[in-house]
Amino acid sequence: MIRLERRPTPSRAWGAASPLLAVALTMVAGVLMFAALGKDPVEALRTIFWDPVFGEFAWYFRGQLLVKAGPLILIAVGLAMGFRAGVWNIGAEGQYIVGAICGAAAGLAFYPSDSWLIFPFMVICGALGGIAWGMIPALLKVKFGTNEILVSLMLVYVAENLLASAAVGWLRNPDAVGFPGSRNLSRWDASSNLELIAGTGLHWGGVAAIIAVIFAYVLLTRHLMGFQIRLAGAAPRAARFGGVNTARLVVFCLGFSGMLAGLAGLFEVTGPAGQVSIDFASGYGFTAIIVAFLGRLNPLGIVAAGLLMALTYVGGEAASANLGLPGAAISAFQGMLLFFLLAVDVLTNFRVRIWQGATA
Amino acid sequence: MDLSSISPTLLIASLMVAATPILLAALGEMVVEKSGVLNLGVEGMMIMGAVCGFIASVESGSPWLGFLMAAAGGAVMALLFGFLTQVLLSNQVATGLALTLFGLGLSALLGQGYVGIKANSLGRIDLGWLSDLPFVGRVVFGHDPIVYLSLALVAVVWAFLKYTRAGLVLRAVGESHNAAHALGYGVRHVRLMAIAFGGACAGLGGAYLSLVRVPQWTEGMTAGAGWIALAIVVFASWRAGRVLAGAYLFGGITVLQLNLQTAGASVPVELLSAAPYLVTILVLVLISLRAGRAGVAPADLGKPFHAST
Repeated sequence: MIRLERRPTPSRAWGAASPLLAVALTMVAGVLMFAALGKDPVEALRTIFWDPVFGEFAWYFRGQLLVKAGPLILIAVGLAMGFRAGVWNIGAEGQYIVGAICGAAAGLAFYPSDSWLIFPFMVICGALGGIAWGMIPALLKVKFGTNEILVSLMLVYVAENLLASAAVGWLRNPDAVGFPGSRNLSRWDASSNLELIAGTGLHWGGVAAIIAVIFAYVLLTRHLMGFQIRLAGAAPRAARFGGVNTARLVVFCLGFSGMLAGLAGLFEVTGPAGQVSIDFASGYGFTAIIVAFLGRLNPLGIVAAGLLMALTYVGGEAASANLGLPGAAISAFQGMLLFFLLAVDVLTNFRVRIWQGATA
Repeated sequence: MDLSSISPTLLIASLMVAATPILLAALGEMVVEKSGVLNLGVEGMMIMGAVCGFIASVESGSPWLGFLMAAAGGAVMALLFGFLTQVLLSNQVATGLALTLFGLGLSALLGQGYVGIKANSLGRIDLGWLSDLPFVGRVVFGHDPIVYLSLALVAVVWAFLKYTRAGLVLRAVGESHNAAHALGYGVRHVRLMAIAFGGACAGLGGAYLSLVRVPQWTEGMTAGAGWIALAIVVFASWRAGRVLAGAYLFGGITVLQLNLQTAGASVPVELLSAAPYLVTILVLVLISLRAGRAGVAPADLGKPFHAST
């Protein structure tokens, strides 16, 4: 019989190896899934994982890679901070939407001015919008002990309705007769978030993601706040006795992740998406949860995880265009990845022993 | 706005229909949480139930087989969660989230060819002259069988937890898994059964959405119903009767806002659509305000159990 034995401390080797093992297992399961869908599995995997980076049209796809990875990394870094402290913000999608709406509204208030101040102002407002939306579950949790998981998630649906009312109502482009959606922000010089280096897909969102990763890394490894975050997650009771201010931690984690999600939304609405429209919410806020876990809640790991997840998006689009693979197959694939990751994590914390007879 | 167009009889009758999916899912989740397991994947299990039930019903032509397959689909998803959290001892919060994301993706994949078709729906029970009574006939005697099943299930779960030995063991496992283990009860076994039951209930609730309430299949059609079910369990402080009250309260708000929309209320449509979620938040806050709530939740809720010997 197989038995699990708790390790005195989590294995570092398995901690690093388990994401790779999970990716490998997901590939195997993916092959089975694609075969079950009646597609050539090798062809499908090649289209999703190989062609976007090394194939014929890689010059196009490589740019798309950073466009998708930017918001994912940005949001995931913030979420990981909270997950480490045991603060579960799963409403990043809502903070992302509200950040985009606030930023866009702040910019559009000055239309058609072409001052260079507008874009920075929009960035600040986007961040504030995200923070505000994240503060709702944070303050309710601190003041009343309300569950932040449920509140932050409910606020996603509220944000989606807010988005709908903005797109068809108060932010609608007055010059577009009857069409929903705001003015195009990416075509207005003062607000456009253009590619910084042609062909790379790197826009200000990518730059913000890099800054956020460095900031989070330094905070977690070098700063007292980072220590408290790790302590609160690993041993909540010890943290309380050690004088960690839990309320401050909750506010910081939700505010920080809300800010980053809001920024991601702002950079998306001024760049790749271009306008506030009904279908603006694209699920980045939820996929970022997978990215955070896949990256072991570690800022540097999240960069790798974000790029991998972006690859499944880009490759998935290519596969649905070329092979007729349903778009939903990719989200099932992503969910599977998270499952396998959580499953192989058992090897990090436990030793597997083969039970031989009754040795007490 | 014309409020007279809203008929109270129809309002109550349709609130029962609107509340049934959440009632089923919340009831299942309550049993799971009573056993000390926090499964945040209700949304994923519901949507899998919705798609499995819809496919089975379309293919076989029998809504009953649809509901059966939905319960099976939900239970299989739940056991996936159970295997990860109980055997591989993974984090319950993270695994529950994974279950939701996976369920949403997988259901969209399975349901691809079924968008826009109509399934065989369940008819209302016809009790002759009873169903023809003015108000009572429609509200009490004029529903489909699943509504009655859900109400019966409330009573069964309540009696099971309160009066049976098995219910006592389940509660013991949830309150203190170490003590239950020391007494010789199979903690993992009990929890896996509770998890499977919760999944089956969530699956039934999902199928009620796709087969009766809507009745069609669309991607992501549960739209947060699973999360609301989780909120209702907290609202109900883990009691079957209050789960019923919470689900019907929520169903009432949903139906009322839909009626106000059609009656042309001067409130923006988006605000009305967001109302159920806002009310859920409000209710959560009010519950947290009530003193001594911490003592109500099962003591070992969400804690992993690993028998060292």
